[in-house]
Parts: sequence; structure tokens; C-alpha cells
Amino acid sequence: MARIEIDGQSYDVQDGDNLLSSCLSLGLDLPYFCWHPAMGSAGACRQCAIIQYKDAEDQRGRLVMACMTPVKEAMRISIDAEQARQFRSDNIELLMTNHPHDCPVCEEGGECHLQDMTVMTGHTFRRYRGRKRTHNNQNLGPFINHEMNRCIACYRCVRFYDEYAGGKDLQVLGMHNNVYFGRFEDGALENEFSGNLVEVCPTGVFTDKTFSARYTRKWDLQTAPSICIHCSLGCNTAPGERYGELRRIINRYHGEINGYFLCDRGRFGYGFVNSQKRIVMPGIKGQTETTAEIAENHFRNLLKYAKSVIGIGSPRASLEANFALRSLVGEANFFLGLEDAEHTLLNAIVEILFNGGIRSPSLRETEQADAVLIMGEDVTHSAPRLALSLRQAVRNASFDMAHKMHIPLWQDAAIRQLGPIRSPLFIASICSTRLDDVATGTYQGSPDDIARFGFAIAHCLDESAAEPVDLSEDEKSLARSIAKALKQAQRPLIVSGTSCLSVAVIQAAYNVAKALPAQDKQLTFTLPECNSLGLAIMNGRPLQQAFDSINDGLADTVVILENDLYRRASHQSVDGFLEKAAHVVVIDNLENQTVGRAELVLPAATFAESEGTLVNNEGRAQRYFPVYPAADPIRGSWQWLTRLENSQWRHHHALTAACASAFPYLAAIVHAAPQTDNIIKGSKIPRQPHRYSGRTAMHANIKVSEPGQPQDMETPFAFSMEGAMAHVQPALLPVIWAPGWNSNQAINKFQQETGGHLRDGDAGARLIKPSGSHLPWFGHIPPAFEPEPGLWRIMSLPHIFGSEELSLQSTPLAERLPDLCVLLNPQDAESLGVDPGDPIEICDPARNFLLKFPVNIEKTLPRGLLGITAGRPEFQPLKFLDQVTLNKANPEQQPNSEAPL
Amino acid sequence: MKEPIEKPDFEGLSLAEIREIKAGMSHYEDKTAASIEALKIIQKHRRWVSDECLVAVAELLEMSSAQLEGVATFYNLIYRQPVGKTVIHYCNSVTCWMLGAEDISERLCRYLNVELGEISADGEYTVLPIVCLGACDHAPVVLVGDKLKLDVTENAVNEIFGR
Amino acid sequence: MENMDKPLTKNIRPDRVFATLADYESTGGYQGLRKAVTQLQPKDVQQWVKDAGLRGRGGAGFGTGLKWSMVPVDDDSSQTRYLIANADEMEPGTFKDRLLMEQDPHQLIEGIIIAAYAVQASIAYIFLRSEYHLAALRLETALRGARAKGYLGEHILNSEFSLEIHLHTSAGRYICGEETALLNALEGKRATPRAKPPFAVVSGLWGRPTVINNVETLCNVPHILNYGVEWYRGLSMGADQGTKLFGASGRIKHPGLWELPMGVPIREIIEEHAGGMQDGYKLRGFLPGGASTDFLLPEHLDVVMDYEAVAKAGSRMGTGTMIILDDRTCPVQMVLNLEQFFAQESCGWCTPCRDGLPWTVTLLKDIIAGRGRLEDLDILSGLTRMLGPGNTFCALAPGAMEPLQSALKYFRKDFERYIAEDNAVVESA
Ligand SMILES: Cc1cc2nc3c(=O)[nH]c(=O)nc-3n(C[C@H](O)[C@H](O)[C@H](O)COP(=O)(O)O)c2cc1C
Ligand code: SF4
Ligand code: FES
Repeated sequence: MARIEIDGQSYDVQDGDNLLSSCLSLGLDLPYFCWHPAMGSAGACRQCAIIQYKDAEDQRGRLVMACMTPVKEAMRISIDAEQARQFRSDNIELLMTNHPHDCPVCEEGGECHLQDMTVMTGHTFRRYRGRKRTHNNQNLGPFINHEMNRCIACYRCVRFYDEYAGGKDLQVLGMHNNVYFGRFEDGALENEFSGNLVEVCPTGVFTDKTFSARYTRKWDLQTAPSICIHCSLGCNTAPGERYGELRRIINRYHGEINGYFLCDRGRFGYGFVNSQKRIVMPGIKGQTETTAEIAENHFRNLLKYAKSVIGIGSPRASLEANFALRSLVGEANFFLGLEDAEHTLLNAIVEILFNGGIRSPSLRETEQADAVLIMGEDVTHSAPRLALSLRQAVRNASFDMAHKMHIPLWQDAAIRQLGPIRSPLFIASICSTRLDDVATGTYQGSPDDIARFGFAIAHCLDESAAEPVDLSEDEKSLARSIAKALKQAQRPLIVSGTSCLSVAVIQAAYNVAKALPAQDKQLTFTLPECNSLGLAIMNGRPLQQAFDSINDGLADTVVILENDLYRRASHQSVDGFLEKAAHVVVIDNLENQTVGRAELVLPAATFAESEGTLVNNEGRAQRYFPVYPAADPIRGSWQWLTRLENSQWRHHHALTAACASAFPYLAAIVHAAPQTDNIIKGSKIPRQPHRYSGRTAMHANIKVSEPGQPQDMETPFAFSMEGAMAHVQPALLPVIWAPGWNSNQAINKFQQETGGHLRDGDAGARLIKPSGSHLPWFGHIPPAFEPEPGLWRIMSLPHIFGSEELSLQSTPLAERLPDLCVLLNPQDAESLGVDPGDPIEICDPARNFLLKFPVNIEKTLPRGLLGITAGRPEFQPLKFLDQVTLNKANPEQQPNSEAPL
Repeated sequence: MKEPIEKPDFEGLSLAEIREIKAGMSHYEDKTAASIEALKIIQKHRRWVSDECLVAVAELLEMSSAQLEGVATFYNLIYRQPVGKTVIHYCNSVTCWMLGAEDISERLCRYLNVELGEISADGEYTVLPIVCLGACDHAPVVLVGDKLKLDVTENAVNEIFGR
Repeated sequence: MENMDKPLTKNIRPDRVFATLADYESTGGYQGLRKAVTQLQPKDVQQWVKDAGLRGRGGAGFGTGLKWSMVPVDDDSSQTRYLIANADEMEPGTFKDRLLMEQDPHQLIEGIIIAAYAVQASIAYIFLRSEYHLAALRLETALRGARAKGYLGEHILNSEFSLEIHLHTSAGRYICGEETALLNALEGKRATPRAKPPFAVVSGLWGRPTVINNVETLCNVPHILNYGVEWYRGLSMGADQGTKLFGASGRIKHPGLWELPMGVPIREIIEEHAGGMQDGYKLRGFLPGGASTDFLLPEHLDVVMDYEAVAKAGSRMGTGTMIILDDRTCPVQMVLNLEQFFAQESCGWCTPCRDGLPWTVTLLKDIIAGRGRLEDLDILSGLTRMLGPGNTFCALAPGAMEPLQSALKYFRKDFERYIAEDNAVVESA
């Protein structure tokens, strides 16, 4: 801490910080553009000018850039001094010489940092009479608009895109006042985090193209705190709605998880909510007209007259919905809806996380790691936001170096100039990953080989850990060097996950973590879906047993909650199961194959129209809230399940509480959102900003009188602009706004310090309490993978845009799907006589034809493996680890790329 | 031997170009440092840097084409558009300006029947302005290819084209 | 030992036949280097240069020995250190380094080797502007010669010291001369300047300690080593030490470059060496040290060429090469030419420079075209303050404001006449 004087007032600020960051942390208004709390200072925009005085006598002082000036004990500065104010206003005037006056048609308007800063500095009169420079724009793909004339050259876009996120295709081109931020040529931005440009850009150069199509001003959007449902990390989001349609998703700051940034799947994957495939009415097989009452009655009767009912839960449904189903059918009849291998895997992970005694870190903590080993994951694709954090973690070595050289950590460029000094990052994976560019070493192998390699590293670290036999010399020496690097680390991190579908990989990862000497070691797993961990904690039975209980006649009726079983198990087994069941009830939000087989379909609200609790991969329970009311008769799944007369829960919070008391591991979920339960009755938090417009007019085409606002009986929020914002904890704010700060930069006003935790704490309750005890060493080491001549094993490789069920149904993402092709090692391709693009026939070992797809060569894929995109329905008959035979296909015939969805 | 201009071979670059660029790389701690030199090598062989060449050089230096384009468009003497066989740079900075640089540029352009930046009909010349050539004591000066013409007069056309 | 009072140019012949290695050696060449590597410790060399009072000739006048002594030596001695000769020379009106490199390339090379020894650099670059083809040719030849004679390469003159020098030719941009932008240019990046601190001496090329010196600065070094500090301190006639290349261009009788003692009166340069104004022209003012220095007037002719003295008169010695404004050249148009240069050469990194210089140009063009308003002069003065020292990321923009601010002061009437007359002069630029 240092004590400094700002405009005659004394303040205590953080040592080593820069003055801009300190002033903002103190809640003072000081304009800026190029500085960003996550990216440090650049000194380019010159907007944050203040006066610094030499000593107590100095009256004139010297103009300095606050973002480039380190805090020093007893320093005196002024934000208010006339000279500084004048400079800041003149600087805006200069920016405005080229900035167009197109705010009325600019999508940034109303949440524009440049607008805010212009007003803040008081520049209101235009003296410039010259022409403005103009640029051509580029087509940057389905996500991002480009409007370069609005550029104020703050360099934030390239500093984020290239330096922070590692994307090389967006750069600064040109020079003097003709600098241009764009690509070499038109084309979709390649980086998986491109959507953040929308928020990083302080003007309207980069805007959300998916939003443009159905644009609404920020102040006209209805918003509620939400959680991203597209992977297991649980990033916080702020979805916005207008006219019953989800219009966009932006980042909602969380100091432990996503910070300022989301991945493109999370930001642009929301389209399914508005999709044509939404189930909007209940359906009863054989009946054309169904109302909610009829459907509910039908459901009631089915349950009443069933011999026995089983329930199949879902890793993409909330804890509460799963718990309601479990309560409805009884513990013994509740199945998690996970196929055996995944079920076993998740159980193994739960065991390690809760009883392994090794901390599972938040994303913020992963960024602190000084050595990282990834086992079996291409995190960019399986848990994208984590990849962005790991990309920052490798910088820790350069931060240490900078520290030694007395370079403050916010001097970002200076640190990057120190050269490619990186903390060790090792990646063992099936084939190359999107983080390899910053990796110290990589290893590619089959899942079994990755596990063996992990066991070897653990053994190098601690001889009492089991040792695999028959490792090659190369493998041994790489394992030794990785062990050495991990051993030297103070904050080592092991990352693994479910992508390899291998318990051995998970166990090997645990062995490595356990063997690490560091006190401050961490172990994290990426999981398949947004509530995989929450569901696994519920101790249900695996899917196969559900099939068995129907097939064996133990039950005749099944209720399936938000789960397309065809994505989980083979066609035949699901077909057989659904056929055998006398009555099939499906509660879901999108049409899918399982829905198509149901007798009764109940339309479920999505995350955007419902509330619930999800447990992320770290073991953090978080609550999401409906952004807008579900259009009648759509209801939250939990509501369908609790509306029946035998239900004890009228309200969501009661259901949450019951769930919490049913499972000791879930006890803390009642705290998943800050202080929600007790403000429900008092004044509510408005979901609509106080400038929300057109409420009396928006339904005038239907009815002239203004309809009453829908009531929200379940959450502390109101579907209205009335209510109290004053004492709401920042973590519960639907919209980030502060007087004078209409853009997302207003978040500064709600953090304990810039870039730090939210005031009153970040949301979520960590369910995993560090325990002193460890599990014993795992010792089940699989044999090395030996390719069998003529046979290949299927490797389902996750893809950020191609693998996740719901985002797959979102139009803009569909444009970014990977090509429909299969990956082969070059030597394998050669042995089969196929070149890239040639079609290849995939048959089962008995040579029954399954599929035909073009081949792509992947140099790093080990021999004997065939890579496909995980989760894509086009590959459906192929399952992870299946054995197949391959044949060069006759190129004349078209490959069957149009498999049924 | 003359390098083929239209028909590039390997990776779009000629072997000679690749060899020279690789030799240049050895002078620096990392490959990208050779980027400017590499672009100049391309220009030595082909006078200007086409999109295809830029992409090929980027690949050779393990940079993205956007990165290399960022470099190429920063510097004044990297031509991203075709130029004549000889580029005539007339200095338009202060002393030369004072002593008649604009007049000279007009004379040259009129003689060649081109605007600044255009290629003369015979493909031989392009006239471009350049900043101070560091020979102000002999202003006005013109750089013809790599030959510096000092104390250029109204007879610029004669002095430069020998006519 | 002829021409002991003109050490920098003693080998430069009127017929402009350049000095070969033998020529250079015959006048004491490489003796300084021999002394340094065989008799002196690096620290001693630094001390000699410090004691000699050599200040950087690149424009800023920073103490050369002091700069060298800021290179960290205590830490890891195995780490590469770099020395760079700044031969970018692109400031309009400046033409001194070209002469030194073209006519006596070994002098620079010896200077580089000694400087590298003083800071224990193992690799040096000559960062040469692209258009200096002849200098490139002669430097390459000279480097080969020096290598062949054991002045350069492994174990120089059988000492422990080794050095490699690479000639790097740039691709043209004034900003590359700014030392941190130069580092980026040399690394093959866009030449935007870097934030200071950290200074290049601590973290420069590829994050390693790097010393950057102007060509002329380095050319002084062999002589200091060869003839000693006392001798060097005796050269000057003013407060600063040594000799310097002074030049003048414009409508004077004999534009040129002369090596003269520091502290020489400006009048002597213009009236004696340059032969005074051409017939029919009168002296109206001059930029004493290149395009980025403030105008001075005939009344300043008795100011002497010392850093402090010129500063006191309201300008900077800069590169010491003067641009003469005669009475028939319009100062407003001259300033427009200068500002167009600076606007075009702005790297585009910081707002005041990137957007302020083009506005300056627009305003000046408007004024000259008869579209000007009196308020425009206030805007221009405002911009000179706005783009002043400390307000921008590097010194380019403040440099650009120097001729403008002094023109507004000394030639205000000329600006006002355009505005008052309302007569559209079709501008030539
Ligand atoms: C825009 C700008 C351009 C410069 N150009 C040159 C140049 O061409 N040559 C040079 O030696 N110094 C130039 N300098 C000065 C250098 O930044 C640096 O101060 C100098 O090379 C240091 O060498 P010295 O200490 O030997 O003078 C320039 C500075 C600025 C701000
Ligand atoms: S003053 Fe700013 S924009 Fe101008 S050259 Fe320097 S850094 Fe670049
Ligand atoms: S925020 Fe300080 S210069 Fe841009």
C-alpha cells in the first residue's frame, strides 16, 4: 500500500500499480482507451493524462499519462487540474477529427466507451473543418462486423486478438493516420475468442453480427445474470432479450472465472433459443391439438397408471430439474442419462475432486500456474475459455523476469519484448492442439499411451507411484524432463478431462498431481457439459441400466429430461429401449431424435427463460436466472416436474433447498447466488434498464392497452424497469451501468479494484472443500496401444463449434463448423493410397459399410487412429474407441455428408 | 540468369529468393527479423511484392500473412503495387522543395507521361516522392534506381535520361 | 599527424575519393582500437569517453560515456549484448552521417568496435537507411577489410574480445531513427516506438541490453582513444567538447558540411563557411539543427553552437545541420512542407501525433488556400502545446511542433496576411 494525494485528498492505493488503474479502483472518473485491466498499459491513446507534481512545493506540475506512471509513496497528482482537463478534451477532439458522426446508426451507440469519454471530457464543439479519412471494411465472417471508419486506433483489438489470445490473422496495417485493423484479406476471423473484440473495442468498429440482424439498443434489452451452458467452465454471461427473442450474449464479469472474456461458442452459440426447432407446444402422439392442461393431465395419468416409472436425467439440465425428476421417480429409478464409459469416468473424477485432497482451481488461479501439464485435452475445443487462461499462465516466467528487471507487470509491451520466455507448458494429447504454439513440449498418443505417459511422469516425480513398463527411450526422457520442470514449479497445475474417455488418463493425472512436491499444486478436469459434475454428484445409475430395467420389464414408463439419448448410446439400443417402453415422456427444448419418439413431449424453457443451478468443472455451484418469461405454454423443466399434485415444491428456492439437503456434497448450493432467497418478497431487481423504451407501445399491434408486466415468483428479479438497483450486489446486477459509464467499462465501478473481484464477492459457492487426505496411488496402467494391421480406432476429437449439442443448432456457428472429414496419419493415408480430399469408406470389423467421408491428413495423429469430430450427428454410428476398417472409396460416388440429424 | 517474373516455382518463390532470404535470417535472433530484408529481396527480383509473394514469404518466415502485411504496409520502400524497372525518387523535403523539387517532379512526369506512382508506357519508370535523401547541400536531388543525381536543374530530363 | 583539429574529416578528400583501409591506417586508424582491447578494461574505455565529454550527435545530446555505463554488467555475463550504430539519417536537412560513411567507413567501424568493447557487446548492427546505396557498398567492403585484418571477428587483435557487425538496411521511415522504433524495425516489426522505461540499455533488441549511438558519435570514439582525453577536450571552443559536423543548405552561396569546433558561432558557419546568402536573397531565419528544431532569426547569428546556448536562444542544436530560410521563400509554405513530412512519417501509435499532425496540415493548407480564419492560428498554437514534449509517446511530434511554434511566433504576419487577404494561393504541395 502507498499513500498518495489526488487533488488534495489522501488515498491508500496498491503499490506497484499504475495511476490510472489506481484512480479507477478508487472510483474516480478518469478517461482512457488503450489501457485494459487484463492487458495492461500501452500509452497509445494519451487519454488518461493527469498532472504529477514533483513535491509539495511544485504548483505547476507536469502532464503525464496515468497509465504509464507507477504509483509512488507520497506522490501528488491532480485529475482536475485545468491543464489536464484541457488536454483530455483536446485529445478527444483529435480522435473526433476522423470519427464519423454516425452514432444514430451505430450499434455501439448507448454503450459506447467513446461516447462516454467524449461526454466526460466535455468536448462538445467541433472545430475541425477538414475531410475525414475513410476505409473499406472487410467481411470478417459470421460473428463480427467491421466498420473501420469508426476506429480511434487505440490498438486494443490487436493487443487482445494477437497478443492476448494468440490470433495471428488480425493485425494492424498501414501507418500514420491511415492505420487499419484488419485481416490480410476478407475472411472469417480464425481465433476462437474473436467475439471479445466486440467488447474490447471502445467504439463501433467491431460489433456483434449475430446481434445486428435483430438489433436493439442496450437500454432496450431485458437482461438477467446467466451462466453459459455450452461447456463445463460456467462462464458468466449477460444475455439480452427483446420481443421474446434472445438477441445477444455478452460477457458478465466474474472475478474468479471468465473475467472479461468469453469464447465464441459461449457468445454466439445462443441461436438455438430462437431456433425453428424449438418445441413451443406440448405434443401427445396421435393428437393434433394439445394444451398445457391436457398435456399435464396426460402426464399425471401416465405416472398414475404406470407399472413403474423411471427417470433419465441430464448433464445439461439444472440440478433442480434433475432433482425434481429424481424425486418424482424415486432414487432407485433415477438414471443419470450418461453412457457407461462417461458415467464411470465422471464418478472417478468426483471421487478425485472431493477426496483426492488436491485443489481444483478457478480460471483466475490457473492463470497463476508456473508450470502446466495438460493430459489428453485440446482445451481450446473442450473448455475454450480455459485455453485463454493457460495462454496467460505461460507468461508467468516473463513476469518473473520483468520483476527482476524492475519492469512493472502492467508494462505489457516491455514484458513481451523480453522475448519468448515462457513458463513450461506440456501437452499430451491425441494429436496437435491449438495451444501447441506456446507449449514447451508436446506428446501425441492414443488415450492409453497418454495415460501411460502420465504414469511415467508421476513415477519420475515419486518412485512410489506405479511405473509403466516398456516405454520408449524418447518417452522416458520427455517424461523425465517434464517431471523436472513440474518439480521446480511453485504453483504447478495438471489439466485433464473427459475428452479421452479414459479413466486411466484421469488416474494418471491424479498420480502426477499427487506426486508433485509443491504445496500450492492444482488439478483441474474439463467435463463434457455444463452440469456434468452436478449430475454426477447426484449418484444416479448409468444409462444402460435404464435400458435394462425397461427391457427386463421392471418398468414400463420413462421420463426423459433434456437428453437426446441418440447422442449417448447406439441407435439400436436406444431404438430398442424406446420401443420397449410403453410410455415415453420427454421434456426438452429442441426437437431431436429422442423427442421424435416420445408419446408425450413437454416444451421446456431454455437457460434464457428459466432458473437453475449448475456446477462447473471447478465444483462451483452457480445460479442462472430467466432473462424473459417463457412463452406460454413453455415452462422450466423443473416446473413440469413439480406441478403435479404429489409435488412438495411450489417455488424454485424450496426445490434448491431440498436438493441441498438431499446431498451432502451439494449442501452449499443454496448460496450459489448471493442473497437471492430473502429479497424475493421485498423490492425486486429490475431486468429492464431505467431507460427501457416502448413498453406501452411494443404490443400495441396486438392490444392497445398496455398489458401488465409478467410476474416473477421465483427469483429476486422483476420483468420490469421498476425496482431498486441501489443496494444490489454487483454479482447480481443484470446490466452493468454507472452514471456516465454506459459501456461495459462501467464494471470498474463494481470491482474491489480494477480487474479484481466484484465488490461483495464473486458469485457461486464452491462445493469442494480442501481435504487433508489423499487417495492411494492409482496403479492400473493400461498396455501400450499397438495398431492392428487393417484396423483403426475411432478418436472423437472435440471441436469448439462442431461438438456441443445446443450450439450446433445455432446458425452463425454452423458456418464455422469444421469440414466433414476424417483425420488420418500421413503414413496410414499412404498405406491406404488416399490423398487429402479422397473419400474413404469406413466399415466395421466385419466389413459392414458404415460411412464414407473425405480424408484429411493430420501429421501429429498417431498411426492406427482415425479422428472424427466429436458430437457431430453425421458421424453417429461411430463411437469413441470403436474399431473400424478403412478402404479407399470410389471417388465418383458422393460421400454421404448429409447424414440424418 | 534472369529470374522468371511471371512463373514462380517452389512455394511461389524462386530458389534463389529462398536461398537469399534464408541467408538473411542467420543475422538475427529470430526468423521474423528477416521480414523486411526478405521483402526487399523479393523486390530485387520482381520489383514489387505481390499478394502471392507476400503469402509465400510469410510462410517461409513462419509469420501470418497479416503480420507480414502489417510490416510491409508500414515501410515506405516496400511496394505492394507494380512499379517500373527503375524507380525515380525525387526528394520533396524541405531544402529540395525550396529549390524546386515540385518543378522537377512535374517535368519528369510530363516527360514520361505518367502521374506519380504510375508506370511509364514502356514499363521502364515510376516516379515517386521520397523524404529527404540526406544530400541537402546538393538540393534538389533525385534518386534514380540506386544512383543519386545531385544539383538537378531545370534540365532534369536531360540530366536523368541523358536526353 | 595532419589535421589534428579535424579528426572526423581528416581523411575526407576534396576530390571525394574515399579512404581505403590503408588510407585510414596511415592516419592512425585502428590505433585506438588496439589501445582499447590490449591495454584498457571496458570500464576504462567508458571512463575515457565520459571524461572526454562526448555527447550524442544524434540530436538529443545525451552523454555517451554515461549511456554506456548504464548497461548492466553485474548480471549474467553470458547474455548477448548489442550495439547499434544509428545510420538512419532521415531528418530533413540532415546530411552528415552519409558523408562519414561514404568517405571514411573504417572510422565508423572502428568506433563501433571500441564502443562494443566498452559495453561488452558481441553483436553490432549498422542500421542504415535504405537509400544510402553507396554507403552500404563502402561499409560492406570496409567490413570485409576489417575482418581480414583481424580488427573484427573472433579474438580481435588477439584479445579475448570478439564481435560480429551486420549491416542492416531499412525500408524507409523517419521514425526508424527513433531509437526504440529502430529496435522494432531491426526485429522485423512495425517501427512503433517502445515505452521507456525500460531503456534499451537494459532491455533492447530481443529484450537484451542494447546501446544505440549515432554514426557521428561513434566516429569520435577512435580519436578519443588514440589521442587521449586531454587532446579531445582541447578541440572545442565552447562549453561542449570536441568537434562536430556542421552544415547548411538552402539559398546560400556554398551549401555544405564542415567539421568545426563545438561552440563555433552560427554567424561564422553561415557567413564564412557557407559564403553567405546567394545574390539577391536575404537571410530571413534558419532552423539550426534540422527540420525538428525551432526557427531562429538573423538576430541570433551570434549564438554559438553549444547545446545550452542554442537552447537558450529558443531552439535546439539538433543535428547541427541548418536549413536556411531566405526572404523569398514563404515561411508558411515551408512549415507546411515540414508538417506534411511529419504527418506522413507519424507511426500512427499515439493520438496527438497521428491525428494532430494531419489537422495541422489541413489548417496550413486552408490558410494558404485562402480559406483560413484567425481562430485557426489559435488552433495551431493549441496544437503546438498539445503535441509538446511529454504529451506524445515519442519525440517525433514535439519535434514537428518546433518549427511551427517558432514560425507562429516569428512569422505571424505571414500567416495573418494569408488570412486577411483572402486570396487563394494555389498551394504547390
Ligand atoms: C523521430 C526521431 C528520429 C530520429 N532519427 C535519428 C536518426 O536518423 N539518426 C540518429 O542518429 N538519431 C536519430 N534520433 C535520435 C535517436 O533516438 C537517439 O537519440 C540517437 O540515435 C542516440 O544516439 P546518440 O546518443 O549517439 O546521439 C531520432 C529521434 C527521433 C525522436
Ligand atoms: S509521437 Fe506517437 S504517433 Fe508520433 S511517431 Fe511518436 S509514437 Fe508514433
Ligand atoms: S489509457 Fe493511458 S495512454 Fe491510453
